[in-house]
Amino acid sequence: MVALLPRGPYFQREGRCLSPLRLLSPERLLTVREQLSQLLDEARQAVAAAADAQALEQLRVRYLGKKGILTEQLKGLGALPPAERPQAGQQVNAAKQVLQEDLVRRRQELETAGRDAQLARETVDVTLPGRGLQQGGYHPVTRTVQRLQTLFSGMGFDIADGPEIEDEFHNFEALNIPESHPARAMHDTFYFGTGLLLRTHTSPVQIRYMESHKPPFRVIAPGRVYRCDSDVTHTPMFHQIEGLMVDESVSFADLKGVVGEFLERFFERTLKLRFRPSFFPFTEPSAEVDIECVICGGSGCRVCKQSGWLEVLGCGLVHPRVLRHSGVDSERYSGFAFGLGVERLAMLRYGVNDLRLFFENDLRFLRQFR
Amino acid sequence: MKISEQWLREWIPVRMSGDALAARLTMAGLAVDALVPVAARLDHVVVGEIVAVEPHPSVSRLRVCTVRTGGGHPLRIVCGAGNAQTGLRTAVALPGAELPGGVPIARSEVHGVGSDGMLCSAAELGLAETSEGLLELPADASPGADLKDVLGLDDRQIELDLTPNRGDCLSVAGLARELSALTGRAVRAVATTPVRPRISRQFRVTVQARQDCPRYAGRIIEGLDTSAATPLWMRERLRRSGVRSIHPVVDVTNYVMLELGQPLHAFDLERLSGGITVRHAHAGERLSLLDGSVPEVPDGALLICDSRGPCALAGIMGGLESAVSASTATVFLESAYFRPETIAVHARQLGLHTDSSHRFERGVDPGLQRRALERATRLIIGIAGGRAGPVTEKTAARFLPVRAPVRLRTGRTERLLGAPVPRQQIPSLLRRLGMKVARTAEGWKVTPPSWRFDIAEECDLVEEVARLTGYDKLAPRRPRTALHAGAIPEGTLSSDRFRSLLVDRGYQEAITYSFVDPVLQQLLDPDVRPLMLANPIASDMAAMRTSLWPGLLGAVRHNLNRQQARVRLFELGRRFLPQADGTVREQPVLAGVAVGPVLPGQWAVPARAVDFFDVKSDVEALLAAGGSGGDFRFRAAAHPALHPGQAAEVMDTRGQRVGLVGALHPAVGTKCGLESPAFLFELDLDTLKQAKMPEFREISRFPSIRRDIAVVVNEQVPAQSVLDCVAQVSGKLLANLELFDEYRGEGIDSGRKSLALGLTLQDSSRTLKEGEVEALMDQVVRVLESRLGARLRQ
Repeated sequence: MVALLPRGPYFQREGRCLSPLRLLSPERLLTVREQLSQLLDEARQAVAAAADAQALEQLRVRYLGKKGILTEQLKGLGALPPAERPQAGQQVNAAKQVLQEDLVRRRQELETAGRDAQLARETVDVTLPGRGLQQGGYHPVTRTVQRLQTLFSGMGFDIADGPEIEDEFHNFEALNIPESHPARAMHDTFYFGTGLLLRTHTSPVQIRYMESHKPPFRVIAPGRVYRCDSDVTHTPMFHQIEGLMVDESVSFADLKGVVGEFLERFFERTLKLRFRPSFFPFTEPSAEVDIECVICGGSGCRVCKQSGWLEVLGCGLVHPRVLRHSGVDSERYSGFAFGLGVERLAMLRYGVNDLRLFFENDLRFLRQFR
Repeated sequence: MKISEQWLREWIPVRMSGDALAARLTMAGLAVDALVPVAARLDHVVVGEIVAVEPHPSVSRLRVCTVRTGGGHPLRIVCGAGNAQTGLRTAVALPGAELPGGVPIARSEVHGVGSDGMLCSAAELGLAETSEGLLELPADASPGADLKDVLGLDDRQIELDLTPNRGDCLSVAGLARELSALTGRAVRAVATTPVRPRISRQFRVTVQARQDCPRYAGRIIEGLDTSAATPLWMRERLRRSGVRSIHPVVDVTNYVMLELGQPLHAFDLERLSGGITVRHAHAGERLSLLDGSVPEVPDGALLICDSRGPCALAGIMGGLESAVSASTATVFLESAYFRPETIAVHARQLGLHTDSSHRFERGVDPGLQRRALERATRLIIGIAGGRAGPVTEKTAARFLPVRAPVRLRTGRTERLLGAPVPRQQIPSLLRRLGMKVARTAEGWKVTPPSWRFDIAEECDLVEEVARLTGYDKLAPRRPRTALHAGAIPEGTLSSDRFRSLLVDRGYQEAITYSFVDPVLQQLLDPDVRPLMLANPIASDMAAMRTSLWPGLLGAVRHNLNRQQARVRLFELGRRFLPQADGTVREQPVLAGVAVGPVLPGQWAVPARAVDFFDVKSDVEALLAAGGSGGDFRFRAAAHPALHPGQAAEVMDTRGQRVGLVGALHPAVGTKCGLESPAFLFELDLDTLKQAKMPEFREISRFPSIRRDIAVVVNEQVPAQSVLDCVAQVSGKLLANLELFDEYRGEGIDSGRKSLALGLTLQDSSRTLKEGEVEALMDQVVRVLESRLGARLRQ
């Protein structure tokens, strides 16, 4: 069952397209299978060697195009004896299919290689820095105030505000600090000479809030305060947060509870703390709150002056006279107030060792609080 | 206040360590700031008695002393002190001792004579700042005894930071009384029994200002030994309480003040004439004070005068004229009660703060004057001899403070403390503080003692109960209150929104002082007269800022001077604008400044300096945060601090200026010390915070059509006018309008500019037809031509 197909010098690799009729010249006949096999081998080698899509297309046209070599083989089958034609036809078609698959595979290989090459060319040093803006940052005082506001908001406190230029009444008298009170000397006050002054604490906001609201009160008031004092540990301006809670039967125990809770939440740790009797004209009883030194853990260091304790805030039960000044029934209502220094807490929280840095606005300092 | 621990223990023999004592006081509200040793260690320093003094063989100013230090051989010590004489008992530093300042003592040779140690002065021992001659020890100091034991140097100075309400604790007696209440131990007070007068001489006392001086007591002591010296024990106690020894009489007045809490004053009687008059100052009176100053006395201040005029500022400071001196042989000793408020006000007016005024303004026990006078008399006579006259006392009892009874309700106390109170113990706790306690139906009636100026209301007693119980014994509790949900107004943005916006755009937040240099402010905001501080801390911090720019530019300069080339700062704070009616408007504003390259240094991007439009984009972002950015208009503005061609004011829909943005005027920059161009903005914060509630609009399902045109207009025509005109003509078909190019140069006449606009047109209910789009574009161009003199660029 061997079909003879012509085989001649034409099948050398010049690639010329020759008529199969002539190939099938009776003088030198080889079997169809041998000839096809040889033809296919050469075509496959050419496909495998094709360097790009264009070369591949030329090969497809040469072998499988309308006038391609293998296509012509089919046309030449007519020269075979009829009995041999079907088999020879199948063999030619099988060869075409093999070559077709080679072409597809080769095309995919070339595409993959091309894409890979492009990707390789596009490779960057991913460790080079990104471009664009640099993030700015909040001032550490703002950062601290924000934290405290969030913390107190969570405990149901509103946020209040008051003027920085105050009158004597709200800054002193209403807070039970008359002109002759020795506590006045502790407030180095900036005056304007018109009965106005720069508030020395945020406590006047208590008064203004109570004057304009009805109890119960739960409010904090952050803001700038001013003292006529400037040295290593004092700046003429700093920030305080005033807290006020007034309701029927708010007690010293509540004060201890709220202060203890917010300090632990602020420092994110369990803290030893102590309430020391102290004096503020607008609270009675009054207390200073010390926390165990967050720098040395209470063993004594420079920051806590070897005492193991750090004073963080002043507080107390609102003096009934202050409640009355603000139109609140001091028999029915009681409450507590506290005032804390924001810079002080920020220094302890972030380990800042010089208060004055907060107002120099040195970028090398500010950037540390991003 | 500083006080010797030993002295205090002499008054109240508590059995606890110094640290425990300090902690106890601190936790009772009498804060102990420090416990400071009163002397260096002074090991190997003993008492020595000089038994022989011979001249040094070769150095004339030196002497060779034979010193007995107890048993064994006497020591031979070379010494140069003038008072080295036989019989003197002094301090001997033996070999091995180390004196303050790290001076080691060893056997040595002094100009050929062996010396077995060193005879010491008080200064060399660290017991005085300066001293002359060897320390003179009392005759009963036994040679060989350790100096530490003889002088009780194992003592510490208690530094107390007392709150102004506890004037009653400004003395050894007061502290002892308080410790007695805290511990239950009894006070061992010194005797203050009257000294029997030996002369009948009296000095007339007239009190005119009886309300301010309800009690004035005094007496003459004459025949004082002018050569007497303050004994070492008293000098040491004064030293350990931070008081310098000056003169025996002055030392005694200081000693009694420290001991009992009553400030005293001694006049040299020979320098007084007539009698004492306590009166208010007349306008313009002057007085030479002990500190050398000659202040004009505030009108109405309380004066101690003689027949010639003022001799002392009552309760504050004595006068120079009548002061005791080394030659004083007769004194008039004053012990008075002055009204606290009067002393406080006048001391502050004069800017004076003395140990005396400190006590008087806090309140001196009105029952103490006679006792203190007797105590001081006894001490003075003990030191300097002399004969005391009878006490002259003028008292206006009705002006002396009266301690009214205060009710203390059990229920109220428990409600305020949030804890049950020890009902049985309260009376005894309060009685230990010197209060009289009587039971009532609702609690107690409590009468405070004369020395407690701070107990006037029930809450004051509640504090005493809490204090003596111990604040730490009161359990904390979480408040039980109604649930409270704060308002979250959607129509108002929080300040933090703008902070984070700028932070995300690369700005660093600054906080600058609210008072600025008036010169700088004048430069930056010359049209507003700022509010000036009456007592600024420095002349360049005297003006309340009317803009945040002075502070921000100061911060920029600080950073540029520290090699920071790119600065982006903003601040959120108030500016203070004086109003016509004399009030001051505190306006919250948001201000920023940009200097240096537009981007931080980075690779493969050409560096470009920040310009107006970079900062304007930040401003636009701030204006847009509330959802109505389109409501604001920028228009060219003139501002003295800004570049005339690069300054814009931001206007709201009502035509109000709500902010400024622009380049710092180069001339102003130079005057501020800034050479790099700086871009500034300042916006009204309340305006920024107004937020628009979002309102849903249907999204068109029909295609949009874009048409681009370029028009040429005169330079003077602002782009905004062109945009407004296009928007107006296009009406609601205009879905978007974009200005995508501004061009000058070739093809455009000088004095004109080309603006390229992209119009996106869309209808919400149908697809636009080509013809109507063309018609609209024609109309846009026509209106631009007629209104703005524009020409379509081909």
